Amino acid sequence: MNATSDAVWSEQGTTPDAIEAALRQLLAQRHAENGNFVPARVLNMIAFVDREWSGEIANRLRGVGRYHASRLLVLSYEPQRERLDARVMIASEGEPQAGELALLRETVVVEIGDRHLDDLLTIADPLVVTDLPTLLWSPHGHQDVVEVLLELSQAVLLDSVEEPLAHDALDRAWALSENAYVVDLAWLRSTPWRERVAAAFDPARLREELLGISAVTVRHHPASTVAGALMLGWLGSRLGWHTGQPLGNDGDALVGRSRAANQHEVALRMEVAPELKVPGLASVTLETDSGLRLTLGRGSGGLRARVRDHDGAEREWTIPGASRGEAGVLGEGIRQALLRDPTYVPALEAARTLLV
Amino acid sequence: MATTTDTETENPLTAGLERQPVAPTTLVIFGATGDLARRKLLPALYNLAHEGALPERFHLVGVSRKEKEHDDYRAECEEAIRRFSRRTPDDSVLERLLETVKYVPGTFDDPQVYAELGSVLDGFEQEAGEPLNRAFYLSTAPGFFPVIVEALGASKLNEHARAEVRLIIEKPFGTTLQEAQELNRRVLAIFDEAQVFRIDHYLGKETVQNMMAFRFANGMFEPLWNRNYIESVQITASEELGIGSRADYYDSAGALRDLIQNHMLQLLCHVAMEPPVSFTAEEVRNEKVKVLHSIPQPSPADVGQMAVRAQYSSGHAGGEDVPGYLQEDGVPEGSITETYAALRLEVDNWRWAGVPFYLRTGKRLARKVTEIAVTLKPVPHLAFSQDGSLGVQPNQLVLTLQPNEGVSLRLGAKIPGTRMIIRPVNMEFLYGTAFLSQSPEAYERLITDAMRGDATLFTRNDEVEAQWRICDPIVGTWSNTPGPLPSYEAGSQGPQEADGLLREGDRWRAI
Repeated sequence: MNATSDAVWSEQGTTPDAIEAALRQLLAQRHAENGNFVPARVLNMIAFVDREWSGEIANRLRGVGRYHASRLLVLSYEPQRERLDARVMIASEGEPQAGELALLRETVVVEIGDRHLDDLLTIADPLVVTDLPTLLWSPHGHQDVVEVLLELSQAVLLDSVEEPLAHDALDRAWALSENAYVVDLAWLRSTPWRERVAAAFDPARLREELLGISAVTVRHHPASTVAGALMLGWLGSRLGWHTGQPLGNDGDALVGRSRAANQHEVALRMEVAPELKVPGLASVTLETDSGLRLTLGRGSGGLRARVRDHDGAEREWTIPGASRGEAGVLGEGIRQALLRDPTYVPALEAARTLLV
Repeated sequence: MATTTDTETENPLTAGLERQPVAPTTLVIFGATGDLARRKLLPALYNLAHEGALPERFHLVGVSRKEKEHDDYRAECEEAIRRFSRRTPDDSVLERLLETVKYVPGTFDDPQVYAELGSVLDGFEQEAGEPLNRAFYLSTAPGFFPVIVEALGASKLNEHARAEVRLIIEKPFGTTLQEAQELNRRVLAIFDEAQVFRIDHYLGKETVQNMMAFRFANGMFEPLWNRNYIESVQITASEELGIGSRADYYDSAGALRDLIQNHMLQLLCHVAMEPPVSFTAEEVRNEKVKVLHSIPQPSPADVGQMAVRAQYSSGHAGGEDVPGYLQEDGVPEGSITETYAALRLEVDNWRWAGVPFYLRTGKRLARKVTEIAVTLKPVPHLAFSQDGSLGVQPNQLVLTLQPNEGVSLRLGAKIPGTRMIIRPVNMEFLYGTAFLSQSPEAYERLITDAMRGDATLFTRNDEVEAQWRICDPIVGTWSNTPGPLPSYEAGSQGPQEADGLLREGDRWRAI
């Protein structure tokens, strides 16, 4: 966030009680300065980060703008650290205008070491706002810590494309989804694609084409196999496709078949798009028995649509939409912690059957 | 897991998506170079484009009297978007949005304009290889509404064999009951009611929609929401600004027509309506119309007792000396247009009989606020000493729509100390503190809904006429009553005469 008005407290060798008291005191001070300063009360976010990368994480979180959690607790981990140090910052985006409010957002950074991990819950618990939903993010792994902090959290933020092995990433997301609501950035990057595929088949005269989809090709960033699998998983789970076997190798591509409820066969193909510089999808192509072919690809100012009609006529146009960028995707991930998308877990389940 | 692909039922791919698909559409704006188009409609379209919320295929056509080329109009659109958009435009998105924009010049009664418009629309469809829905947005002076509607009908643009055709009409929808009825008659001679979307942009505000969530998603209020527990309801829409450069429009409208006849009666409906059986357009609007029908139409003799009008005189606002209404540029000498209007209405039904609904609006009042204050009846017996306290006051629930959207509940609480002394305290909930998202502009929501064919946030023909049925006798009586009007000092709480509307024991909330 672009903070222009801050209150800061810090202490070395501190305790959770002292940090919590400092939070209360800073809030009271700010309110006393100006009654129009009010604390936002939307969402707690706990970020467990490696201290050596904490600057990068701070930069990423600064980029989310208004989607900054109302209270962000950063647990900055440095294995050898013995002492608990903390900083509290209460920031608003500016001084309140006459008659209007200025929201305060709180960031607490606690420096911890190995010796604190056994007591992590007792450190974090007093520092989250009671009765607000809590989102947990551990961008540097630390699955054991995640298991502990899940007790405080209702939602977990992850990015499945960051796991080295796609199948492991899907398994990990699946395991987490049994205990918390999973917000997967790999899934959120595909939202515009899913919206556009859904819209393309929304006119009543085209809905019946969904029954006749015969082939789907997804091209993806070299490190975003998960994104491709989730896209295929989404189509399969929504349309009731059954995939008997995982996708197999065909050169650089992964290929396989699904069977629709009407026994119709669907050819599935995932290809790497080496030219793509950002995580996510490069294009999605759907073909139907009737000869319809729809391709969505990245373009300037939106997704580029190419349609080959039943009669072979081809058309191209751009569907406007701004790229959210990675900061926008992360911000959307934080916002999604307050919502529930019932289609992710079925898509995830279907995606797991595609990859070995 | 949804496995159905029944084309008659639902699209299984839309489940879980926040943004539901909008059918391919061409939007035609009549009055395309006007203030509303430049300040609101074009920026709203850009923001929809930015968010990827426009239909798969979207085209914009501007129609206006001024002669200009397509490229010139595109340049004007770009300038308006860059100037008025709530976010800085992304150049590539803006370019994509504007690249197919077309402009059709001509007067609104010229059949040639509609012939040319028809060929532009057909051209888009040929290019797309599919029929495109058509939405005609009337953003012109109201006098042109019937002219354009009838010209659309004469050129057969009101119908399409394979796509939906919709008509979006800006306010004001008539300036009297008779005008509203006549306009409805002429519009509905050409279009079906299901094709017509009458804009009341208040209904597109997130805050107004929140009122329905507040009432119907929280069980705690329903048992209290009736004549047994509620003493009065007060709806205020005040502005600290004067009329600015809008004398032409404002002097022909006045406060009652500008805000009460449409926006404030809609707010009243949201407070007083019964829970709809579903949140479909028809069910919601049925309930609102029932409320409007429950408000007795005032007779000319009643108007003096239930309505007050006034004009602002010179005074101070924002630390500056400001002129009175009659001294504002462009206001005719001796104008009897009201800049302040207050009403006391009754909703004569089982739930609300006997509960006064006070409505007031005005320019150049102490500050800008839009709120609904629901005052509960006082407790039946006071066991506490009133000595040394501010007194036990009735609970009051205030829903603020702007500037600080939220809900405040006034409660009685004990002042710390040895004695049982009570004073009122406020329990506050502020929407801004509780959500991460930014509310979209009302026009973004309304344009999307109209293109989707969802009329929930639009005013139905019988609703408009029911609103006018209440306001028409007041407008008529006032226009037949010579001035000068009562006055109130600019920057004040309004005219003292408004106190005369209040039932004994009631009082206006401080603005």
